[in-house]
Amino acid sequence: MAVKDIDQVGLDTYKFGFHDDIQPVYTSPKGLSEDIVREISRQKDEPAWMLDFRLEALRQFERKAMPTWGADLSRIDFDAIHYYIRPQDRQARSWDDVPEDIKSTFDKLGIPEAERKFLAGVGAQYDSEVVYHSIRDDLEEQGVIFLDMDSGLREHEDIVRDYFGTVIPNGDNKFAALNSAVWSGGSFVYVPEGVRVEIPLQAYFRINAENMGQFERTLIIVEPGAYVHYVEGCTAPVYATDSLHSAVVEIIVKEGGRCRYTTIQNWSTDVFNLVTKRAVAYRDATMEWVDGNLGSKVTMKYPAVYLMEPGAHGEVLSIAFAGEDQHQDAGAKMVHAAPDTSSLITSKSISRKGGRTAYRGYVQVMPEAERCRSNVECDALLIDDRSRSDTYPYMDIEESDVAIQHEATVSKVSDQQLFYLMSRGLTQEQAMAMVVSGFIEPIVKELPMEYAVEMNRLIELQMEGSIG
Amino acid sequence: MTATNGQTTLSIRDLHVSVEDAEILRGVTLDIPAGEVHALMGPNGSGKSTLANALMGHPAYDVTAGQVHFKGQDVLELETDERARLGMFLAFQYPAEIPGVRVASFLRLALNARRETEISVMAFRRLLMEKMQMLRMDPKFASRYLNEGFSGGEKKRNEILQLAVLEPELAILDETDSGLDIDALRIVADGVNRLRGSDLGVLVITHYQRLLNYIEPDRVHVLIDGRVVESGGKELAERLEAEGYERYGAAAASEDA
Ligand SMILES: Nc1ncnc2c1ncn2[C@@H]1O[C@H](COP(=O)(O)OP(=O)(O)O)[C@@H](O)[C@H]1O
Ligand SMILES: [Mg+2]
Repeated sequence: MAVKDIDQVGLDTYKFGFHDDIQPVYTSPKGLSEDIVREISRQKDEPAWMLDFRLEALRQFERKAMPTWGADLSRIDFDAIHYYIRPQDRQARSWDDVPEDIKSTFDKLGIPEAERKFLAGVGAQYDSEVVYHSIRDDLEEQGVIFLDMDSGLREHEDIVRDYFGTVIPNGDNKFAALNSAVWSGGSFVYVPEGVRVEIPLQAYFRINAENMGQFERTLIIVEPGAYVHYVEGCTAPVYATDSLHSAVVEIIVKEGGRCRYTTIQNWSTDVFNLVTKRAVAYRDATMEWVDGNLGSKVTMKYPAVYLMEPGAHGEVLSIAFAGEDQHQDAGAKMVHAAPDTSSLITSKSISRKGGRTAYRGYVQVMPEAERCRSNVECDALLIDDRSRSDTYPYMDIEESDVAIQHEATVSKVSDQQLFYLMSRGLTQEQAMAMVVSGFIEPIVKELPMEYAVEMNRLIELQMEGSIG
Repeated sequence: MTATNGQTTLSIRDLHVSVEDAEILRGVTLDIPAGEVHALMGPNGSGKSTLANALMGHPAYDVTAGQVHFKGQDVLELETDERARLGMFLAFQYPAEIPGVRVASFLRLALNARRETEISVMAFRRLLMEKMQMLRMDPKFASRYLNEGFSGGEKKRNEILQLAVLEPELAILDETDSGLDIDALRIVADGVNRLRGSDLGVLVITHYQRLLNYIEPDRVHVLIDGRVVESGGKELAERLEAEGYERYGAAAASEDA
């Protein structure tokens, strides 16, 4: 195709890149130390066991080496980061009580509007703290808990203590250890037995400060037969320096329960996004991770499901989109620890303008986990010759009576496709965006309508200025 | 639509086209006045699809000399999508597959691309259903992925559906008859006949005379080895059917395929 040089256009299409001049009520000095960990815990007035958990995690973090098997993390300077920034004193329960300038940020991002339209509950985190939280009354009456993690710990310490750090121990990996040491914010969700939350709960994460580390911590407990769909969105301003986002998400889905966790990650391209997400699914339970990674400089994220009892089912549906100077190293991990468990991994990646995507997957079948089924499909689409995609599928199968499938494809947008679409009047950008949205359609159609629309709009934005 | 009947809509002058440095079209001159149906016949490999692709601006086809004007505009200056929005349409011999993109969503975007104001979802739905009914297509077809897993006949019908919805001023039909059984051929021809008459100029590219029994051409041109060697009325098509292309010389030997 008569493709003009991509760089001629050089449009910055990231529309969430603005920042607000907010004076936080507290900013920890740059760098990490035991004093800072103690100060965070003191400000939050936490129980002693949580402080111990943090301090142990800090020791683990200091002991562990940086992972070298994935994306290049050498640019992260742990001494240049503010680990805790508290933007305001108290959390607002009514949107009107949120400070004006923070409110205007979320207004610009369309948050309370979204809530009014179709959400069961909303949380909004700004830097280290959740500034706003609400849940529909009818759900609260049914015993559903949807709080920020700090409030969850204060108000439901008994539940939190039973589960916190059980799915992802504080020394699981270097970044999980870091999160465990300095975590702040995130969501605490508890869905009682048999309760089905039919419309999504949404959390919104915003980094505003420069050189910020955001370490939210989310814990979701789905009791037997219950259902919840949790959605998170993430954005940040564009700065010249790097920020770090390192979350830990732990999910427990009990017998016959189902949890779907959807992420639309659209960090600005100076954010290192290193996230540990793991769920355990018990008998006949279903855990689904739907993961859209569009932003960030580097993402390393491999949502995992541990299938603990017969009938458990795990899914990861992921989309990764890497543009200029972006590296999306994403994938999935499925551990079949019991017979008759099944898993499905569908990964779609798109690379353009020299961007790099990788699918890194791990499927493990433990001995005597008979009759397990696992299906892995990863498809990569390359928009130009400068971009790159890699596939690293690891399998560790210790049982012979299993059905494991793996399929990987790499394709390019063909001249023939572009010509066909353009011959009907679509511009080259529209044609390209159409091929791309068709490519990810199998995943987008799993999103709630509003997010599907948003996803396609983000893809169109990404494609703007990508071609002449 | 701006063209008036009888005015030349498409004018091709001494067109030379190369593919990968091999000259395929070696000076084609052709006029299609608005409202007329012209047939372009010729053996396999004579350059018929090359002409169609070059007219639509396929990047692999280099125009090395000559001119093409459509509605008075120099088409060779325009990008493919600009040609389409000007009113040109190509029904492909081999339409591309676009996985994950539904026929309906694609067609709505394409229709909106050539309209001043967007058509409402409801109005579009009605229009699409009406045209699909005309072509006796199952409504389910609208939600299938564009050309993916379509049979040969479905692909061709889908091309004509797009023609009917987009209502261009010039339609180039490249071997639309191949892959169609006789019933489908009738339905497709019927669809084209309903669109003709007013301002629509049509270039029917075909290998066989069969389609021309249903879409009666005003003029017939014979393309041999990248040149139009003869033009005439519809009786020329009948003669070609009876005699084949041998009389035009050895270059046409690859006729059957
Ligand atoms: N995209 C292409 N790449 C290489 N050769 C081509 C291409 N298109 C056409 N040709 C060559 O040009 C000649 C004419 O082909 P074509 O226009 O398809 O003929 P027709 O449609 O009349 O059968 C053939 O020799 C064919 O191999
Ligand atoms: Mg042909």
